[in-house]
Amino acid sequence: MAEIVSLADAVARAVHDGDSVAMEGFTHLIPFAAGREVIRQRRRDLTLIRMTPDVLYDQLIGAGCASRLIFSWGGNPGVGSLHRFRDAVENAWPGPLQLEEHSHAGMANRYVAGASGVPFAILRGYSGTGLEGLPGLDGQPAIRSVTCPFTGERLTAVAALNPDVAIIHAQRADRAGNVQLWGITGVQKEAVLSAQRSIATVEEIVDELRPEPGAVVLPSWVVDYVAAAPGGAQPSYALGYSARDNDYYQAWDAISRDRERFSRWLADEVDGETGSLAGAGAAEGGCGA
Amino acid sequence: MNATPAAVSATHDPAAFTADEMMTACAARALHDGMTCFVGIGLPSAAANLARATHAPNLVLIYESGTIGAKPDRLPLSIGDGILAETADAVVSVPEIFNYWLQPGRIGIGFLGAAQIDKFGNINTTVVGPDYARPAVRLPGAGGAPEIAASCREVIVVVRQSRRSFVDRVDFVTSVGFGDGPGSRERLGLAGAGPRKVITDLGILEPDPATCELTLTGLYPGVTVADAAAKTGWQLAVSDSLEVLEPPTAAELTALRQLHSRSQ
Repeated sequence: MAEIVSLADAVARAVHDGDSVAMEGFTHLIPFAAGREVIRQRRRDLTLIRMTPDVLYDQLIGAGCASRLIFSWGGNPGVGSLHRFRDAVENAWPGPLQLEEHSHAGMANRYVAGASGVPFAILRGYSGTGLEGLPGLDGQPAIRSVTCPFTGERLTAVAALNPDVAIIHAQRADRAGNVQLWGITGVQKEAVLSAQRSIATVEEIVDELRPEPGAVVLPSWVVDYVAAAPGGAQPSYALGYSARDNDYYQAWDAISRDRERFSRWLADEVDGETGSLAGAGAAEGGCGA
Repeated sequence: MNATPAAVSATHDPAAFTADEMMTACAARALHDGMTCFVGIGLPSAAANLARATHAPNLVLIYESGTIGAKPDRLPLSIGDGILAETADAVVSVPEIFNYWLQPGRIGIGFLGAAQIDKFGNINTTVVGPDYARPAVRLPGAGGAPEIAASCREVIVVVRQSRRSFVDRVDFVTSVGFGDGPGSRERLGLAGAGPRKVITDLGILEPDPATCELTLTGLYPGVTVADAAAKTGWQLAVSDSLEVLEPPTAAELTALRQLHSRSQ
């Protein structure tokens, strides 16, 4: 059964130095508040896993939380580069970042395999690309092939992902810790079911979950910690609760481009009292909420 | 990616348009009503939405966030904006969009951008420079593109043309066009036909049926073959039936500018 705790407690109990951590949310329901809490608690040497390590992981990488990254697309959606990610890869600042790189289809299938309790997934993918030859974090080929035992066809094989911790943001949970999310639900169900431990932050905790079209429900007994974090997806959004703060993504480009400016943002973020969505927005003339 | 409104409003000629608007209109014309189209963000999304707003109202837009049949009335900034989910015929998970919808070849057109493209239409969005481990520029990476390029029945690429982007060989093959040339796609087992058109800010290139090499088949008004050749990093082949492409119509420009203005 999920325990309902504060976000700080959830992170303190579930996320440890050296862990592999998957924070998922595909442009929608990105667990930004949880990411900031991981920064505040100064976790180090994490293996970060995420299909789209957008602004969320740019913040964690710049803050020095990560040593390794498993991903498939590292950009600021609709804006451009992730400057902290690039600075880590190109200049090892604030430290080196080892990469394991996939396509979206490969990452999605790796989570499916992890959630399914099988060691690998098959797909038609990667053929002829440079990704095929790249090593995984263990130095071994991350993308291999397998022969279909029925037809003899060669297919691509990718290893299951089984993170130590999965962190997601959802719209609602009930008091028993059942978690409900809807809209673009991405790969969050698979991330939670593939992980050893999981945290779900939610917009609100309610007495009873109302059915919603297309909703995913994660029963309380597959989630470890539920924490209320209203607005916790901002600057991404929670359908039915908040709108995507496109200005923040634009503002992040300037904040993250410069190490000093980023470091000031980080100091506010880590040491400031009230979080920094407002802080970042204010720096850009009211781009926050 | 946006058109530059300053440049447009600086002139009093209502027929004036930017290179981006020309490119977007050109890309929109490559889409036909009733097609299914896997759309990337930026210019491809602008073009697909322009097509839907003009000649192809029944174009089915599919975004990798899992939104199938999205009908936004403005241009989303990301592939997962709320407007896409709210207007979609169906919203499915990310594993499902790739496994059930893209992989079996259900989707007609894949619409891709590129940081680098080579004469065989191979695309690089991963790293610039010869050494993957020490890149001169770290680009975002693959996203959905490798499997879009492999499995959509056809691919359209939209990319601004320059010596930096149009290279003889890409530094890294993120998404396969025609590989090393004729027969490559078949050898690799790629189900789709590969790039059908590459639409740039100068004109259109299409693969030569025999050599698979991207060949200049169309130019925008006022652009010369020499202009295009100067911005191509290989010996550019020119089609015998090179055409001058129609500038954007007033209807196209109005629809596109409305989409942009609603997106502000």
